[in-house]
Amino acid sequence: MSVPTNGAPAVSTPEPVADPVAHGEAAQREPRWKRLPVIWQLRRSVGLQRGMLIAGLVLCAMFILMAVFAPLIAPYGFNQLSDAEGNFPRQGAPSAQFWWGTTVGGYDVFSRVVWGAQTAVLTVLLAVLASIFLGIGLGLISGYLGGWLDRILVTIADAIYAFPSLLLAIVVSIVISGGESGFLSGILAAALSITVVFVPQYFRVVRAETVRLKSEPFVESARVLGASTPRILSRHVLRNATRSLPLIITLNASEAILTLAGLGFLGFGINPTAAAEWGYDLNRAISDVAGGIWWTGVFPGAAIVLLVLGITLVGESLNDLSDPRLRMRRRPARLPRKTATAMKGAA
Amino acid sequence: MTVVQNHTQPDAAVQPAVEIRDLRISFTTDAEPVRAVEGVNLHVQPGEVLAIVGESGSGKTVTAKSILGLLPDNATVSGAVVLAGHDVVQLSAAELRQVRGRDVAMVFQEPSTALNPVFTVGWQIAEGLRAHGEYSRKKARARAIEILGTVGIPDPQSRVNQYPHQFSGGQKQRIVIAMALALGSKVIVADEPTTALDVTVQAEILDLLRRVRDDFGCAIVLITHNMGVVADLADRVAVMYRGEVVEEADARELFADPQHEYTQHLLGAVPRLGALTSYRKPGARSTRTTAEELSAGAAGAPSEAPAAAVVQARDLQIVYPGRLGRPGFHAVKNVNFTIAPGEVLGLVGESGSGKTTIGRAIVGLTRATGGSLSVLGHEMVGFKERAFRPLRSRVGFVFQDPATSFNPLLTVGEAIAEPLLIHDQAQDAAGAKAKVQALLDAVHLPTHYGQRYPHELSGGQRQRASLARALALDPELLVADEPTSALDVSVQARVLEVFSELQERLGFATLFISHDLAVVGMLADHIGVLYRGELVEHGTGEQVLTDPQHPYTQRLLASVPVPDPVEQKQRREALAAHRAAEDGQPQPV
Repeated sequence: MSVPTNGAPAVSTPEPVADPVAHGEAAQREPRWKRLPVIWQLRRSVGLQRGMLIAGLVLCAMFILMAVFAPLIAPYGFNQLSDAEGNFPRQGAPSAQFWWGTTVGGYDVFSRVVWGAQTAVLTVLLAVLASIFLGIGLGLISGYLGGWLDRILVTIADAIYAFPSLLLAIVVSIVISGGESGFLSGILAAALSITVVFVPQYFRVVRAETVRLKSEPFVESARVLGASTPRILSRHVLRNATRSLPLIITLNASEAILTLAGLGFLGFGINPTAAAEWGYDLNRAISDVAGGIWWTGVFPGAAIVLLVLGITLVGESLNDLSDPRLRMRRRPARLPRKTATAMKGAA
Repeated sequence: MTVVQNHTQPDAAVQPAVEIRDLRISFTTDAEPVRAVEGVNLHVQPGEVLAIVGESGSGKTVTAKSILGLLPDNATVSGAVVLAGHDVVQLSAAELRQVRGRDVAMVFQEPSTALNPVFTVGWQIAEGLRAHGEYSRKKARARAIEILGTVGIPDPQSRVNQYPHQFSGGQKQRIVIAMALALGSKVIVADEPTTALDVTVQAEILDLLRRVRDDFGCAIVLITHNMGVVADLADRVAVMYRGEVVEEADARELFADPQHEYTQHLLGAVPRLGALTSYRKPGARSTRTTAEELSAGAAGAPSEAPAAAVVQARDLQIVYPGRLGRPGFHAVKNVNFTIAPGEVLGLVGESGSGKTTIGRAIVGLTRATGGSLSVLGHEMVGFKERAFRPLRSRVGFVFQDPATSFNPLLTVGEAIAEPLLIHDQAQDAAGAKAKVQALLDAVHLPTHYGQRYPHELSGGQRQRASLARALALDPELLVADEPTSALDVSVQARVLEVFSELQERLGFATLFISHDLAVVGMLADHIGVLYRGELVEHGTGEQVLTDPQHPYTQRLLASVPVPDPVEQKQRREALAAHRAAEDGQPQPV
């Protein structure tokens, strides 16, 4: 609607009298940090969408803080079975000493949940980073160059899609770590197996965007100017192709947590003496359920649910906010309808 | 037909078909609410065509859509739109549905998207009929056939069972009009009904709309930015500017004696056929074009052009490969032309005539497949990108849509500096700055616009920046593909002025591609007319525009509506006579 046009009613000079973009000048370009993905959307949101986004961000921030400050928050180590006063009780009920009780192996549940946040956040971060770089790189090249390379890559991506993702993750983790392993190698194995599952998604999105951008006039204009392929890809295609990525990242991150928990639950995760892992704890808690011991299962389970919920809330509200048709806006004060009602009587 | 006339009561002549009183519409956006329409008062009598003109963003479409209550959710409306005794603004959704189709119908800009591709046209017309009354299947079909015949679809008996894709663009628009007529709507809102159509088809659709007004007594609200169309069809004209009606007058009166200065400015900016020398001085033209070239060009034969020709096409063929087992599509057939240094060649033709394909082949975006196309001495048939790349600095290209031809993430200054950086004429952005500022200055943009992003510029400004980018390397050849067709007329005039000024000063050769004969006539030394991939006429600007030889060119010229109701009436009659005469003869080409 607000396309400024040169149409100021000036007869003598065709050039507009007033600068048509004068209003843009007043609205000075915003500082860079305000235009970053999540912040941009947060500033534009209203009502329920704002509530969802803030709730999601708070949940995520909580878990990230928990992960960063785990050594300060957790009263005990993740593999600690005893302290100066002797061995920890097994399956001990929540008490002043053990806030959320202890597990069948004698670990403190609260400490395990806090340390588990560290494992989860680190794994998801690694997995998402690795899949982004692989996915974007392959997607750009495949989409822009096309031809036989494109066909092969698309076929491989389709083949990966055809596998159940958890099965694939199990196979990869066995290949990488031989089943169980220590802290870093375990996290790396889990992260890489998640990467393999998610690369095709990033690849597809970036490839589709690249194919679309390839025929956009501004890319053709760069070709007409004689720009080299690497220059076109890096300067004109890449930044325009990655616009929808923040959304996929958030949605994938929640899936990555579920995959990690699934691996741990099935026993293909990280050794309990090397790091705390919610999925593993849940697995150990199965037998407790029959005995009425609720605390070993509820707390790690709630942690998984809350973190996944937080990330999904962020992702979903980003999705709604980035689509102008779904984005809610503040309604203006309604214009007076006096004339309208008067007219109705007349008609 | 008779049904409709029975509806028209004797006293309806005094009662306006639509009356808009103090209409105000605003839209909620992320920023401030946008007030699109501010206090518009309009009325349309039955059997009258009211044209609403104005540039994009003036609120003309929103005003017209409010007659059907077709506004999006984020719109806030006040005022009254009285249609057949109801105030549309106050109606509920169910009541609105009754009004639409029965009392008012809409004809959209793009007929191919207004029809559902998976149903036959007969079904779609019957669907509308049955939504508003009890029609048996048989009766609805009979009515659909009758109405298709009325709007001039040949052989309606069998074509009623065809799908939209089996009709041409003009026929589709006829069907959309037929759907409006089938329900006996007394008001038809036509939103740019001919913008997506070729000139020759446009003339036919305008004829049909005129017939709808005369035979059916419909009131038509015509929204358009084309002053020629207004002069051809409208009885009364309302000029809108920034949400307000600045002038409303009888069509003849408005064109003869515009009162408001915006109207005067708008009419002054319309390119006119035959206004050949408005920008180009005849002296400049004659120095460039030798008599030898003239005769060669006029004959349309492969000319013995001087060796220095910037572009030389001989028997040029461009075939788009077809699907497996199918023959390819022959977009360009046996085209011959040359562009001498400093010459402006205008290529005119309808959509699908191959004019854009030729332009793209010259810069290597589309592959020429046969014959010979030599650009700056380099053969483009079977060219290798690596070998052609050094020559790219000598060719500039201006795209049709300025909104998409700039990378949205680079500032205008960075975009103009791109060619300089690519061809190592500057080390970095800072080194290119002086040149970028000089270029912005040359296209009459303030130099600080270099720091803005493309979306912060208006369409006309962006197209001037696009020209600056194309000229950054001082090319010997510029290919301009419909550079002004996405722009409003007043803006178009400015862009063309800048273009011809720079062309005079820098003396680059130009291939100017356009569907608008008037625009090409203003700029080009030579004009080539393309029809279905063949160059049917080629000659100097004056010769093609004043004394066309090929029947297609004659029809094309006769179909262009001129912005003058009196003259347009004569032209219309001349075109009708021309068509009648042509009916006896075989179709051109």
